[in-house]
Order: sequence, then C-alpha cells, then structure tokens
Amino acid sequence: MLDLSRRDAAKRLARFGALLAAGGLVGAPTIAPAQDDLVLARRPLVRYPEKTDLILLTSRPPQLETPMKYFDRAITPNEAFFVRYHVFPIPLEVDLATWRLRVTGRVDRPLELSLDDLKTKFPRAAVTAVNQCSGNSRGRFSPRVLGGQWGDGAMGNAEWVGARLKDILTAAGVRQGSVQATFDGLDKPAFPSVPDFVKSLDIARIMEDPDILVAYQMNGAALPMLNGYPARLVVPGWYATYWVKNLSEIEVVDQVFEKFWMKPGYRIPDNACGCVQPGTAPARTVPINRMTVRSFIASPVPGARVPVGRPVTLKGIAFDGGYGVQEVQLSADGGTTWRRADLGSDLGRYSFREWTATWTPAQAGPARVMVRAFNRIGESQGREPLWNPAGYLRNVIEHIDLQVG
Amino acid sequence: MRRALGPGLLLLVLVASAVAAADKTIPMPPDHAYATLKPGAGVEVTRQQCVSCHSTDYIVMQPRGNAKQWDGVVTKMIKVFGAPVSDQDAKTIVEYLATQYGN
Repeated sequence: MLDLSRRDAAKRLARFGALLAAGGLVGAPTIAPAQDDLVLARRPLVRYPEKTDLILLTSRPPQLETPMKYFDRAITPNEAFFVRYHVFPIPLEVDLATWRLRVTGRVDRPLELSLDDLKTKFPRAAVTAVNQCSGNSRGRFSPRVLGGQWGDGAMGNAEWVGARLKDILTAAGVRQGSVQATFDGLDKPAFPSVPDFVKSLDIARIMEDPDILVAYQMNGAALPMLNGYPARLVVPGWYATYWVKNLSEIEVVDQVFEKFWMKPGYRIPDNACGCVQPGTAPARTVPINRMTVRSFIASPVPGARVPVGRPVTLKGIAFDGGYGVQEVQLSADGGTTWRRADLGSDLGRYSFREWTATWTPAQAGPARVMVRAFNRIGESQGREPLWNPAGYLRNVIEHIDLQVG
Repeated sequence: MRRALGPGLLLLVLVASAVAAADKTIPMPPDHAYATLKPGAGVEVTRQQCVSCHSTDYIVMQPRGNAKQWDGVVTKMIKVFGAPVSDQDAKTIVEYLATQYGN
C-alpha cells in the first residue's frame, strides 16, 4: 500500500516535471519528496500554535521535527524550531502575574523571581547555541531501538538571551556542601505515579560556566510556548534534555539527583565512544552530556536532479559540543578524497556553523555526496555508525544521493 | 533635562508592565489520525489504557517486535511510569501489540 502510493507520487511528480520542461520553465525547483526517507515516510506536516509546518512525530505530548530545508542557514527560526515534551499534560497557559521561578533547597535566601526580576535584577547575557535532542536521528539506528523515531530534525540553533544561572544561584547563596541543582518545569504528568520531568546539573559545573542561562528570549523574541515560554534553561554544548522548558523551580540539593529522567533515563555507556556492540547492553552508564560532532547537507534536497558539468551549490550546517567547528569537508567519490567547504561567519563555539561548497558533477548517473566536520580538538565523524541501546549520540558521516544528468 | 524625561519614562514603564502582565495561552491540537491503531482483538483496551497518557503515534512508530519486546514496553509503562493498568488489561495489550505490531 505504502509502496504503491509512493510510486503514484513519483509518477505524478515525473508528469509535473515533464509539464514544466514542456512549458520551458528551465530552472524550476526539482521536487524530491521526503517520502523517499523511510524514517519520515507517512509522517504528516502539522502546524501547532506559534509554529510553522513541522513534521509530526507524536501528537501528545507533542514531538515535532524541523524539516531539513531550514538547516541551510545558521539560525533556526523560532516558528520552525523542533518541539519535544516528555509528559502530558503540557503547559498551555502562562500568567506572568503569577508565574515565578522559585529557587529553593540548600540556599541562604530562597528566591521567587518574576520575569521582570529575571530581566532587571541580573546582568543580561547572550549565547548562540545548538539545542539538539539526545535521540536526534534515532530512527536511523540499526538494529533499531525503541524510543522516539526521529529523523534528523530534532535540532535547532538560536541566539538565547537571559540571566546567567550562576548569577541566580549566587543571589540565592548556595550553601557549602551542595552537590547539584535540579530543574523542574510547568509540565506535570497526568498521574502522580508518573515521574515528573526533572533534570540536574552539578553545582561546580554551573558556577564555572557563564554561558548556562535561564533564557527569556530566543532570536530576539519571547520564547514560543512549545519551546519553553516564559523561560528555559540553556546549557550550551550539552544535549537538549538538560534545557528544561517552561522552567518553574530550581532546587539546590546535597547529593547526586537520580530520579527517573537522570537514572535510568538519558544514560550513555560509560566509555570513550558512548557505544557498545550492536544489540548488547552496557555494563555501566553515565548521564548523557556533551554533544558529538555532526554536519548535514540541507541543499540540494536528497534525490534532486542536477546537470552534468555545471557547478552545483551545496549548503548546510555543522556543529559540535562546544569546541567549535574547525573544518567541513565534502566527498563525491565515496570518501576517497575530501574537499574543504567554505565556512560562514563564526557565531561562537556553541553555534551551528554554516558552510557552502560547489561541486561540478563530471558524469551522468546516480551520485552520492558525503559531508563530515572536524572540531577544534580534532574530533570528527565516522564512516560506520556507533550504536547504543537508547539511540543517542548519533554522528555518523551523513550523505545525500542525487541524480546527475 | 532629567525632569523633562520623567513622565515619558514613567509612561514607558507603565506600558512595559502592561505588556509584561499579558497571559499566553495556546490551544492543544487533537491527536492526529495518522497514528490510529490497527483493528484487532484488544484494540479498544489498548487504546483506552494508552491514550490517557499519550497519543497512539508513540505505539505505531516503534520498531515491530515480538511479545517479549511488547511485554517489556508495557511493563515499563506500569512499573516505571506508574500507568494504572490491571494485570488482565496488560496481558490483553501485549497480545494485541504482538499480533498487530509483531515481526
């Protein structure tokens, strides 16, 4: 059934293409349906409040992914930014007259901060940083793993503005001997038996890192509700699981917090690659943390037809876990030789780095273009995907297949 | 000069607070029909029990699996996520999933 409808769609597209050619519309965009992508096949485009058309993963709690076409530029528009909630119901209403960020636990001065307090009582700080789901691209794992079957669109990059978390904790006065702070948002599960989504970070890490923010602004505007209005945690370089949305409570605690979403949830194998032999379980795990190096080709779209002997412009983004992208390379010969791409402006070490390259296909037929990035400490991407049972940390070399001629 | 700015500044503060006090409310779209469960024995129990916490796309997107996989998933929902599902219903759900979403 699925194959049939895909063939129909292909036929219709071919006819459409023939019509265009007959009409002399040279240069009309080639349409390559995402239906060719087995992970995204059948997934509808949906429009949620304050968002544009995004690819539906789940309705409730909502998980929406960003189409690849938005990754031809460094900044992801707010309306196209991916959405991922863990528990239902999610917050649908915020009243700033009553919303407060509470800072409690092992502090000398518990705080109840309004949004105005966050904006006026603390220095304003900004960072451009990638927010990527731990399980981005999980749908591509082989053998497959249970969990949200994301394509590659559970990521985005924005300029975040807010108050530094360390300044807030300093104002509250963290007591000696405190170990972690926990972060809770307005999303509360339907049953008290369901573990609330609460995450934690080490106090030492918070106090050392001036880029960890409680952000109230995203790309110059208030955060969309589904991206954490009125304020969310921003933990540059680390996976999105720590970036607690619709933040409402910070609690300073005297031990390592190990409730569900920190343990056993969101753990990776405790070894250098964060990987195990496919199909096996790790002996020991640690909480997921810094993002791996990745790069993507956003344009042209997979399956596009390009002419022989004429330069094709390739565009995309690359990022890592906070060292910064050093170099992006492309290969059109299966990875035998690699050519350097031109990098766009540097928006900081936590940001997407835009890249462009031109490639002139020499002969007609199917062609594959591969992309890989290196960060400033020499980390890169592998030919073979690494595997772990939760489907995290994916960073295999990506490619697109094109039709030349 | 400073005095002349006063009323304007006051007005600005008032406007800013009025804006800051506004609510934000969004409607929640209904569950999308693309993930409707396949018909079969046990589909009603499965639907009723599962949708109290999540839409059915959480089910249909998963890799297909045998009764062992689905028993693991349903047990996790009950033991880890605290889903209030009876033993009898859990058995029905596992049988339904292994039959309709088996490999």
